[in-house]
Amino acid sequence: MTCEEARTLVHAYVDAELDVVRSLEVEAHLSSCVACARGEASLRALRTAFSNGALYHEAPAGLERRVRAAVRDVGRAEGGRTFALRHYGWGGAAAAAVLLVAIIVRGVLPTGPPAGDLTAREVVDDHLRSLTANHLTDVLSSNKHTVKPWFDGRLNFTPPVEDLIADGFPLVGGRLDYLDNRLVAAVVYRRRQHIINLFISPAEHLADTLPVTQVRGGYNIVHWTKSGMAYWAVSSVSGAELGKFAQLVRDESSAASTPRR
Amino acid sequence: MPGPDKFSRFERAILPHLDAAYNLARWLMRNEDEAADAVQDACLRALRFIGGFRGRDGRVWLLAIVRNTCYSRLKRGTIRERETEFDDEIHSPGIETANPEALLERSRDSETLRHALKELPEEFREIVVMRELEGMAYKEIAEVAGVPIGTVMSRLARARKRLQQLLTAAPRKES
Repeated sequence: MTCEEARTLVHAYVDAELDVVRSLEVEAHLSSCVACARGEASLRALRTAFSNGALYHEAPAGLERRVRAAVRDVGRAEGGRTFALRHYGWGGAAAAAVLLVAIIVRGVLPTGPPAGDLTAREVVDDHLRSLTANHLTDVLSSNKHTVKPWFDGRLNFTPPVEDLIADGFPLVGGRLDYLDNRLVAAVVYRRRQHIINLFISPAEHLADTLPVTQVRGGYNIVHWTKSGMAYWAVSSVSGAELGKFAQLVRDESSAASTPRR
Repeated sequence: MPGPDKFSRFERAILPHLDAAYNLARWLMRNEDEAADAVQDACLRALRFIGGFRGRDGRVWLLAIVRNTCYSRLKRGTIRERETEFDDEIHSPGIETANPEALLERSRDSETLRHALKELPEEFREIVVMRELEGMAYKEIAEVAGVPIGTVMSRLARARKRLQQLLTAAPRKES
């Protein structure tokens, strides 16, 4: 190996980027050439100087928060109607007013009982948090045979998890969440670009109830109970689509759930 | 087609590399606020294009976006780098004559080293930042910078030579 070659390769050598054969060749040259050995020492000195981390600029404390907020804004602009109001000003307000009138005219204003009101708010909060904060899912899988067993041992009931991809509601995954201070299953589905959170917990009353739809904060919520389980579906998809989703889950979950209380 | 699960992908693949993103941006922009803005910009771009991320290495993928963002900001703004003439032929002592002991002595002073790195032209500075500060492999650096590995190697060699010159030529610590 010539000095010329060694001078080029010595960088890759100190960076441990050479294969064994090449490494040995460089080593052999360095042991026999004082000038090149000095060059290597000089290189290593330079590398050492960088190694104390003094020149590394870590992200400032507020940057992650800032990035998360910016990402959240994107999420809201894409998925939430209320947030459009905040971000798009009067145009959004006018659209919201039209929407409100439409709701009143069609007579589908939320009429849920006051007790469920608080839960409905929590449902929306949980939904929002799932879209924006740390995680949407603890178990990420479109396979119900992966998601369903995941809940085993984490909950004292077995939530039904259905595969609804054929109907346009692919399964995304699942996670644990809190509703009414109780640990519940959150099964996550998707409708096009919209996320649907389906919260499931053992029902207070065993009697089945039919799906009731309400709108809260721009999100549609459908609530029903079946076979001893209470369901809350929440999403930014249209009420009609969420209704269809609820219907599918109800059909599929027949006798699928078993409270283990 | 990219659904809201892009948010969770972003969370897992991109956010952990915020330090790396900022470090590169900070060294390219040479200004804290500019760097933070560039990183935020880059993150939103990353979010938008995360459907195209095939999940190999989030750091490399994000850094490539950060780098592009920084370059377009540098080009757009008035902060365009004045390119330091970088002529290996003129600048004399080669690495073989640089005195390792003196060099080590000099570079112990982080400020001198910081200044020397700051003075390198961007395309050399970024290679050093990725190699020495981020500890990245040549292959990864090549991917971020969009150049062949051979170019990474030659730029790194020239950058180091230049740093050694700057360090040994630097005046003794002023303060």
